[in-house]
Amino acid sequence: MPQLFDQIKSTQLYRSIMRHGLEPTPRNRVLTILSNVFLHLHPPMIRRHGCKLSYTWGMGGITFYLFIVLTFTGVLLMYYYHPDKANAYKDMKYLEYDVPLGIIMRNMHRWAAHAMVISTWLHMMRVFMTGSYKPPREFNWVVGVLLLVFTLLLSFTGYLLPDDQLGFWAVTVGTNMARATPGLGHEGPFGSEMGMTPYNDVRFALLGGSIVGGNALLRAYVWHCISLPIIAALCMMIHFWRVRKDGGISGPV
Amino acid sequence: MMQMFNNMWSIMAVPDNFPILVMAVLVAYFLYLSFKMGLANDRLRAMARNADGGLVDIMYPEAERGLPDKVHVWPYLVRIEFIAVILTTALLIVWSILLDAPLEEISNANATPNPSKAPWYFLGLQELLVYFDPWIAGVYLPTIIVVGLMTIPYIDTNSKGNGYYTIKERPFALSVFLFGFVGLWVVMVVIGTYIRGPGWMWFWPWMEWDPRRTVSSTNIDLYDALGFQSWSFPMGAGIFDVFGMVVTLGFFAVGMTVPYLWLRKYKPHEYARLGFVRYNIVMMMLLQMIGVVVKIVLRLGFNIKYVWVTPWFNV
Repeated sequence: MPQLFDQIKSTQLYRSIMRHGLEPTPRNRVLTILSNVFLHLHPPMIRRHGCKLSYTWGMGGITFYLFIVLTFTGVLLMYYYHPDKANAYKDMKYLEYDVPLGIIMRNMHRWAAHAMVISTWLHMMRVFMTGSYKPPREFNWVVGVLLLVFTLLLSFTGYLLPDDQLGFWAVTVGTNMARATPGLGHEGPFGSEMGMTPYNDVRFALLGGSIVGGNALLRAYVWHCISLPIIAALCMMIHFWRVRKDGGISGPV
Repeated sequence: MMQMFNNMWSIMAVPDNFPILVMAVLVAYFLYLSFKMGLANDRLRAMARNADGGLVDIMYPEAERGLPDKVHVWPYLVRIEFIAVILTTALLIVWSILLDAPLEEISNANATPNPSKAPWYFLGLQELLVYFDPWIAGVYLPTIIVVGLMTIPYIDTNSKGNGYYTIKERPFALSVFLFGFVGLWVVMVVIGTYIRGPGWMWFWPWMEWDPRRTVSSTNIDLYDALGFQSWSFPMGAGIFDVFGMVVTLGFFAVGMTVPYLWLRKYKPHEYARLGFVRYNIVMMMLLQMIGVVVKIVLRLGFNIKYVWVTPWFNV
């Protein structure tokens, strides 16, 4: 058997895919990281305490992993969901009772979303408790706050999509606050002086109408599946890049 | 005795409320963990000095002191991440099999549920609606919270605590942040989930959520409550209340000058490190946070609705 493996490993096919061996030499360990497009997100070596969960809590990584889970389950759900008033609720019922493993897919998506909001908050708490926003990492904290806002917005836009009483009224409560925006909302201070009505204020712009109707559902769907994930992914790229450039995992000097 | 909490159990059993329980437990645990590490580090710093008289590196226990500072990511970090991924996935799958995501009746614009709640992570903001008008609770405060978070690295001039847990070396930053995050934000999410019932009325855990419960409370404005009616006069479509203006602006004026004078006298190096601009930003943010708590106390304790009434906005 070992001879068979050696023979396979010497073929052109194998050597074109696996460019280095797997023996635990320092060279191979470095190459495994540097020659892999996914793994080279990491540096080849890190400070020892970066491996300690009691220091890092792992929440940043878990948040990123949950984002991937959400993207994966979200795309699977997209095969079965139509973002219009006539179909949205029916599609949720289909997923629950008709689609094989549909209910697991939907549940995973929802619970991963809640878990991602929690893990983002815990990550923020860890970064604060270790003072890892202090120079030179100030701007990465700002990017992190942006990611927090986008996580909450992603969750909020997704909340409306089942088109049930829970989602509909939660988004109604949320967007009703928009009509109280000073100057830009028709019920806010100085709103009427600026000529705001229910049909042209910032809430109208958000909903594409004066009610949480079909337009609002479609907008929430596009924000949730396209715009917000792309913006969040861009911010994540900056966030991870900056971790590397700011000197890797924080630690005492 | 247990029957008293029947309502509490049924609220806790709602699948969508389960994450809040998880969050409360995790926040409590990580608070405990960071304090344990921080206090241990503080003790270490206090007693240990190495041969040169310099501070001992507090990151690693005694056994690891001689080992190289850097380790290979493959396999040492990657295998931990792999286990974390597997555990997270396993937990998610088990959670998804055991608990179903909620799906209520189809949306109906003519039937408003009571209570009509925002998603749990926004319940803190919805709770603020009790104490502030929508433009403050729903627009201004969320904006200033996000902006305030972003300014943290730029107003924190304390160079200590960069990259390790400590309690003694950054008491101000820790108390303000934990007060805001755990004391205000997390607590208000918990209140919004378990305490606020129909009509957004306050239900203690042993009470039934009865939508017909009547709580008669007439809310009164501050100038009215304290007998300063003569300080207000009609203007335009409403009333302009001078007493409220004095109280509100006075709160900020006193709040900005007294700490300034105290700092200049007792900790001049801290003020010098902060500088004029940073000091103003820090105090404005802190005063607004304290102002929120003051409004909560006034409203819940004394049924005071507005501190300052004007024809254009009410605080």
